[in-house]
Amino acid sequence: MRTKKSQISQSGSYYWYAFPGFGAFFVLVGGSFAYNIYLSFNDWQGIGTPTWIGLKNYQDLLHDHTFWISFLHAFEFIFAMSIVPTAIGLLIAALIYDFIAKHFGNAVSTFLRISLYVPQIIALPVVGILWSWLLSPNVGAINTILRNIGLGKLALNWLGQSSTAMFALSIMMIWIQLGYTIVIFISGMSRLDPYLDEAAQLDGASWFQRFKIITIPQLFPEISVVLLTTTVAALKVFGPVYVMTNGGPGDATQVPAFFSYFNFFSTLKVGYGASIATVLAALLTIIAIGLLRFQRKMGQLR
Amino acid sequence: MSAKRKRGVAPYLVLVGLIFMALVWLFPMYVAFINSFKPEKEFVQNGVLALPHHWDLSKFGKFWTEVDFTKKLMNSIQVSVCVALIGVVLSFLTAYAIGIGRVKGRIWILGFFMVAFTIPQEALIYPLYSVSKMLNLYDNIWSIIIIFGVISAGFGTYLLSSVLSTFPEELLEAARIDGASPSRILRSIVLPLVRPTLFVLATMFFIFTWNEFLIPLVMLPSNINQTVTLSMAVTAGQFTSDPTARAAAALIGFMPSVIFFLIFQRTLMRGITLGAVK
Repeated sequence: MRTKKSQISQSGSYYWYAFPGFGAFFVLVGGSFAYNIYLSFNDWQGIGTPTWIGLKNYQDLLHDHTFWISFLHAFEFIFAMSIVPTAIGLLIAALIYDFIAKHFGNAVSTFLRISLYVPQIIALPVVGILWSWLLSPNVGAINTILRNIGLGKLALNWLGQSSTAMFALSIMMIWIQLGYTIVIFISGMSRLDPYLDEAAQLDGASWFQRFKIITIPQLFPEISVVLLTTTVAALKVFGPVYVMTNGGPGDATQVPAFFSYFNFFSTLKVGYGASIATVLAALLTIIAIGLLRFQRKMGQLR
Repeated sequence: MSAKRKRGVAPYLVLVGLIFMALVWLFPMYVAFINSFKPEKEFVQNGVLALPHHWDLSKFGKFWTEVDFTKKLMNSIQVSVCVALIGVVLSFLTAYAIGIGRVKGRIWILGFFMVAFTIPQEALIYPLYSVSKMLNLYDNIWSIIIIFGVISAGFGTYLLSSVLSTFPEELLEAARIDGASPSRILRSIVLPLVRPTLFVLATMFFIFTWNEFLIPLVMLPSNINQTVTLSMAVTAGQFTSDPTARAAAALIGFMPSVIFFLIFQRTLMRGITLGAVK
């Protein structure tokens, strides 16, 4: 009882510890975002005073083809950055965990994990240079290989034409993202109780059956975290588009984050850029809260 | 049964398949590697896949001096180290108030951080840009140190709060009964026990900051203030006339991250999985 009292009387003094971090964060992130929302109601070139125009920027967005297509692409990137890496990542993680670590030791499994994880630690501008070496239409490695094995017809201008640019970027995104999902899933598997798996094994269940029926359901917490974080990352995607295509050709790889950046710093339509960023932020918050709720529900049902 | 029975063929098939996949994953680095050593003439004649006959080291030195890479390296180290320090100190203090102090409204504070993570940098960048101009912090390396330090602290608080909320209550009670003040508990009890976790956080902040480029791109226009990552986006583009020099630039650019990663691999992995399980 006594300690509880003293804890309550002290809890006031603990506020001072939260003050610098939370205060700075509140001012910097909260303040900037509030200012961004304010700017979205204005017409501004970045110099002089902003002119209040109410909802006009948002009305213009409704009729802006580029705006809609940029969001469509962001949703398409959910496949390349979230769904596909999660699905392949689960399978690869289980193969490494069940086969490689057990039969060939830690050195081999560490080598595999590091090799697949390396794209995660390379800065995007470097990724951009590396992939321009692969994708360049005339001298790139991919087209050279295709020509060497007699598939010269498939040697396309991957990033230079609208029909393949999204596809090429998506492959690159899978290459980047896979390592993250594998690392999370392997660490998740190490917390699982091997008892269930062994019991199923004695009952004659095949590896794939055990993977599907025992491993995947138990990894639910990791899967949901990975899906949430990568979906948010996909909708926010900026770097890969900036370094590879600048949204082009035409609008073929345009995404909301790049489109708002483009309005801020290239066409100097600051208010318009701010309105795109505000819509993106609102959408992300709604989707993140929705996914969290869905996960909580699923978690209770299990 | 198949997996554990003596061995069988299956594990070997899996091994071959996965090693092939790992090689495919490393292939982009391999292409940049062989071409960065290839004289440009050989590249034009023999193409992208051929190994260099004559290993040419000159492009590394040329790129290094032309972009003054030492300066970029120093900038990146300064930014990443300062951000790691600021981020760890701020997140530790805030998480201490939330996880140990259990201050009222902590759910709201954490909720605020959560919502803030979903906000894209694009929704912050223009205000940061125009305010830093007003404060004369534009084109100053400290502007991005402050920004990333504070943003990292938000993320760090979120992770650390959950770690600290599982802190053994008996230890704290004992200290409180002995009359230890919050600052004494922080220094003598909590800090020594979470020091390894703080190191994990610092490592994560360091490498995340190293790779950031939207905010540096906007905030640091001068050549002399650029970070390594930013110089890859900006300066390397000027070498388009000589593609092999770009490969050398890429190799120089990603060497620091790879070396850092190989040294701190375990620490970093612990941090990344810590973030996920919570």
